[in-house]
Amino acid sequence: MRIGVVTFPGSLDDRDAARAVRLAGGEAVALWHGDADLKNVDAVVLPGGFSYGDYLRCGAISRFAPVMSEIVTAAGGGLPVLGICNGFQILCESHLLPGALTRNDHLHFICRDQKLRIEDTTSAWTNDFALGQEILVPLKNGEGCFVADEHTLDELEGEGRVIARYLEVNPNGSRRDIAGIRNARGNVVGLMPHPEHAVEELTGPSTDGLGFFTSILHAVVNA
Amino acid sequence: MSIDTVAHAESSPEHPQPFAELGLKPDEYERIREILGRRPTSSELAMYSVMWSEHCSYKSSKVHLKQFGDKKPETDKLLVGIGENAGVVDIGDGWAVTFKVESHNHPSYVEPYQGAATGIGGIVRDIISMGARPLAVMDPLRFGPAEAPDTRRVLPGVVSGIGGYGNCLGLPNIGGEVVFDETYLGNPLVNALCIGAMRHEDIHLASAKGIGNLVVLYGARTGGDGIGGVSVLASETFDADGPAKRPSVQVGDPFMEKLLIEATLEVLHAGLVEGIQDLGGAGISCATSELASNGDGGMHVWLDRVLLRDTTLTPEEILMSESQERMCAVVAPENLDAFMDLIRKWDVEAVVIGEVTDSGRLTVDWHGERIVDVPPRTVAHEGPVYERPFARPDWQDALQADAPTAERLVRPSTPDELRATLLNMVGAPNLASKQWITDQYDRYVLGNTVLAQPEDAGMVRIDEESGLGVAIATDCNGRFTKLDPYTGTQLALAESYRNVVATGAVPLAVTNCLNFGSPEDPDVMWQFAEATRGLADGCLQLGIPVTGGNVSFYNQTGDTAILPTPVVGVLGVIDNVERRTPMAWTQDGELLYVLGDTNDELAGSEWAHHVHRHLGGMPPRVDLERERLLGEVLVDGSNQGLLTAAHDVSDGGIAQVVVEMALRAGMGALITIPEAADPFVFLFSESAGRAVVVVPPDRESDFMAFCADRGLPIARIGAVHSEPGTQVLRIDGQFALTLDELREAHTRTLPALFS
Amino acid sequence: MARVVVDVMLKPEILDPQGRAVQGALGRLGVVGVTDVRQGKQFVIELEGEVTDERREQLHAIAAELLCNPVIEDFILVVEEDQ
Repeated sequence: MRIGVVTFPGSLDDRDAARAVRLAGGEAVALWHGDADLKNVDAVVLPGGFSYGDYLRCGAISRFAPVMSEIVTAAGGGLPVLGICNGFQILCESHLLPGALTRNDHLHFICRDQKLRIEDTTSAWTNDFALGQEILVPLKNGEGCFVADEHTLDELEGEGRVIARYLEVNPNGSRRDIAGIRNARGNVVGLMPHPEHAVEELTGPSTDGLGFFTSILHAVVNA
Repeated sequence: MSIDTVAHAESSPEHPQPFAELGLKPDEYERIREILGRRPTSSELAMYSVMWSEHCSYKSSKVHLKQFGDKKPETDKLLVGIGENAGVVDIGDGWAVTFKVESHNHPSYVEPYQGAATGIGGIVRDIISMGARPLAVMDPLRFGPAEAPDTRRVLPGVVSGIGGYGNCLGLPNIGGEVVFDETYLGNPLVNALCIGAMRHEDIHLASAKGIGNLVVLYGARTGGDGIGGVSVLASETFDADGPAKRPSVQVGDPFMEKLLIEATLEVLHAGLVEGIQDLGGAGISCATSELASNGDGGMHVWLDRVLLRDTTLTPEEILMSESQERMCAVVAPENLDAFMDLIRKWDVEAVVIGEVTDSGRLTVDWHGERIVDVPPRTVAHEGPVYERPFARPDWQDALQADAPTAERLVRPSTPDELRATLLNMVGAPNLASKQWITDQYDRYVLGNTVLAQPEDAGMVRIDEESGLGVAIATDCNGRFTKLDPYTGTQLALAESYRNVVATGAVPLAVTNCLNFGSPEDPDVMWQFAEATRGLADGCLQLGIPVTGGNVSFYNQTGDTAILPTPVVGVLGVIDNVERRTPMAWTQDGELLYVLGDTNDELAGSEWAHHVHRHLGGMPPRVDLERERLLGEVLVDGSNQGLLTAAHDVSDGGIAQVVVEMALRAGMGALITIPEAADPFVFLFSESAGRAVVVVPPDRESDFMAFCADRGLPIARIGAVHSEPGTQVLRIDGQFALTLDELREAHTRTLPALFS
Repeated sequence: MARVVVDVMLKPEILDPQGRAVQGALGRLGVVGVTDVRQGKQFVIELEGEVTDERREQLHAIAAELLCNPVIEDFILVVEEDQ
């Protein structure tokens, strides 16, 4: 199972995403932003970080990278794509997912261990969780406030496309406490918190994050 | 506008030069004339003025810092010592770790966000210039009183800047300090620490060797940032109306620095670099003169090749510019193409600006005209050395005699009074939870952070296969240091050492950031002399060498100097991070012991400061042999499973420690004050050489024997007590507090002030 | 020589915490009667030659795609031709 992890200039959590893939039993394949080459991977992770320094808008410049045009096409054909934090921002800027991520409502960067509830287990990246399962995963962002117009929000809710919701504390003002969403087909998922930092007891608040990475291995096998 | 060339200088010896405005004293100017045998050109004057400033030349501190070398303990672990960008220590398995702490105090007063941000940028570049990948940062910070309006201006900006820059670089912030005191109002201290790791063979030094090798400047373009910043800001105190001069502030671009890190590591690992230097204070002047001075002794520079952001800059300004995110590499001609390709792959600009020569001189041309021709050693390493006068202040005796006895300061004695005092103390700005600050820092990036604030020390895993890791802590109690600089500095060393051993790591090396007032004040200079003597003696006794550090003088407004603040950082190593010792208990019934002796030592304590605004008396006794013994017990005891958690006792005494442990655990405890102890002293004394540990009940006798064998005094002080429902911290026979009450008092202080 | 100025603002319905923070600061500094503050961005693009219709269209497209996120922002593009 070969999972591509893209590195943009300024990507930070690419190594951690690769580690998570390995710990889940997959093979992490490094993909370079400047190469329009997906190297035949079975799925792609867009990692967290500050690609292009978050200049202009988070993910706004990355979305035009050569590798992204390949990813957009492949995603249209069913390739599973997980966007974490900055990756989620890139997916929204690319219009692979609806809505946008804006500045945290309290204006500060926040790093905290965040409780989430998994609300959809049909997607390629969440099928290894139980519906309603509560997990503890680090969150760290300055621009994590998910916004979309009412119509879009209703649509997401109505179609069961909210895959994770913030519990106990809404850390950034996201509408309807939405922490992650999927596209209609279920192969593209965007998630604000960082599952790749919750894969080892030693360095994370739990190992709950592994579920995202074991899910994709099942999804690929069953595809 | 004509350029002041060497030829012109030779022919116009009487031409008046503004050396005083550039911060040079008349005798220093004369010395430059002697060295050159003529008057300096304006470019040379700029170079000397910046490189001979206090911040760059250490002219007032050199004679005292010499002790760190003279009294260096025997150790085979030191791979690179003082004098390079950062010290490097061997941690085993072919791994080396480099670490250093630096100051960016004055810029942070002027522009808090950018001052702090560029402080992080600077220290990170020092680490990569050693050949290491930076792994983590820490921020020891000091501000004026928490309620002061200017603190509300400075603190949030500084924290935002550190977070903004560090988070964007992808470096976890694993610890730091925040201390409030009135002497820091107008003189905030922003110290930044970075650690990095490399394999032994990847260690690189800042030297320009190999005649004909090329000097390549890469990174951001050069602009008017911080022109004159170094010599002006750091070498002049602020008078009451504000900064004496208003140079442009340095502005950081963390994205560029991230690219710089990746590009630099790639060219280093590809073996394409002979020497490397980062551009910090004094920019190109510093990088070229240091590289030349450390190498074969000669370098020629074509200054007009420097890529500029602002084309109106004069040669003098280009030489003095402190534009951030720039590095200088020495590259053999045959490697140049490969070097440039790798750098450009990251969209980073690079240009050859010079070459190594055998002339023994540093020469700089501007469009074919010679504007600098100096012996590099005189610029970089042979700056003025001052023997500033120092003398014990005439107020020192009175200060030390003003002890906080029970007669002098009213002490709480009834259970209600003790309870009220404890609740008051845990919310004191210096003791309150710093979470409002630390939640703005990414602690997870790179996935190797094993311990971070509020644990005693930050700990990162270096080797994912073996679990080899390092722990690092920084500490300084400025109040103790004012009461007695020699002892106070040793107490800072002891506390930092103790914080490292509390996590289960073995101390290996020391860095320091010495923040003091004006070196022209004999009182301050005495404090500095005593502090350096204390640190050098202490390191020798503990067997851990000083690997490098930083001095920041002129932290004062008018006549009021800051508390002498020698921040001491200790680095330790742990074979396997899985064996780390966390700070708090986890199970009902676990036993609590205090290791070490508790005496009536309240002078300079947080209690005396927060409750009575009193500073006087002698600081707690320091016993470095006891600290070493305590360290052995904490590390070995943890390895043998005799203790499962440990927390260092310092500010706020045992009371603060058990509150922090209880809140971290989310579980209460029953504390029993030892028989003969005075409750107030037990709870709030700040005697050194102590830790509170958690002992599994079934190992208690082994633990007691272990300590007895080693001659370490211990006292059982209670047990973890977790009730269903409300968790309570009970001081037997005295009072009880629910964890909810404690948490509320402990966590509301900072958000209420700064949110 | 021409200058193209693109002003980008968040759509009215999008929360603007930065604008709100500025509004608070104005109040604390004694500026009374401020009912709203919105914070936006301005891009100043300098071009050689003049701005043909084709160029203008291209710039519009870039503004819509890159400089502005149409999901949450609106933009106004103005061409300033120098004498």
